[in-house]
Amino acid sequence: MTSAAAADSPVDGILATASIVLSLLVAVWALVAAVRHRPPDRVQVAGLAVLELILLALAVVALVAVGGGERPGEPGAFFGYLVTLVCMPPLAWVLARMEPTRWGSAIVCAVCLVAPVVVVRLQQTWEVLGG
Amino acid sequence: MVETRPARRATNTGPGRLLIAVYLLFAIAATSRAGLQIATRFDEAPVAYLLSALAALIYIVAAVGLARAGHTGRRVALACCSLELVGVVAVGILSLADKELFPDETVWSQFGSGYGYIPLVLPVLGLFWLWRTRRDPA
Repeated sequence: MTSAAAADSPVDGILATASIVLSLLVAVWALVAAVRHRPPDRVQVAGLAVLELILLALAVVALVAVGGGERPGEPGAFFGYLVTLVCMPPLAWVLARMEPTRWGSAIVCAVCLVAPVVVVRLQQTWEVLGG
Repeated sequence: MVETRPARRATNTGPGRLLIAVYLLFAIAATSRAGLQIATRFDEAPVAYLLSALAALIYIVAAVGLARAGHTGRRVALACCSLELVGVVAVGILSLADKELFPDETVWSQFGSGYGYIPLVLPVLGLFWLWRTRRDPA
């Protein structure tokens, strides 16, 4: 169980939860497509687009918090993860466009499986670990 | 394997593109992290930050090597994947043996545990993929 202090983390709210849920849904959808030898479809592309919007909103919220004087526990890792996170859906989209085979769907699936992990790491690196 | 394609295959199509995607992700992650650390607090842990930068560079070059395919690309990718594997194992052991050496974590610390051990798996997959596609005419 995490402490109550996590409540004021800017990356631990409805946006983070929404991004994790959506990302996992797109991952499952893309996995089914990959298993069925289907290239990325509109649902995957639309899912990536919405995911990107949510992640951008999350990044803005985090940056506003930093601008307001708050600081992540591990700034190096935090901003590394933040930049990576925002780049992920476009990267998946570009590579999926280049690879209109089942492997394109596999790319979307892989990226959408990694994204929730990055969101969780983002939350962990915000909290000050060990004071 | 139920692949119906001819045996000869470039490193930059099919599953290879998936590998490139993961390499690019790590290139972005390591670059942004190392860049920020070097820019803001380089003197705190120069070894760790320089190592992160080196890891970032290797990920970028490996991704480019795999993406360019061809003979040179394969060699570049082979060198990078090997170097990566050596790096992640060496740093993993060192970071466990001597915590003073790496006061701040790098991508490769503790065998990449901070990144879900993907840094350890990635070079192995890279080498495996190069081996699988090795039937290119020499």
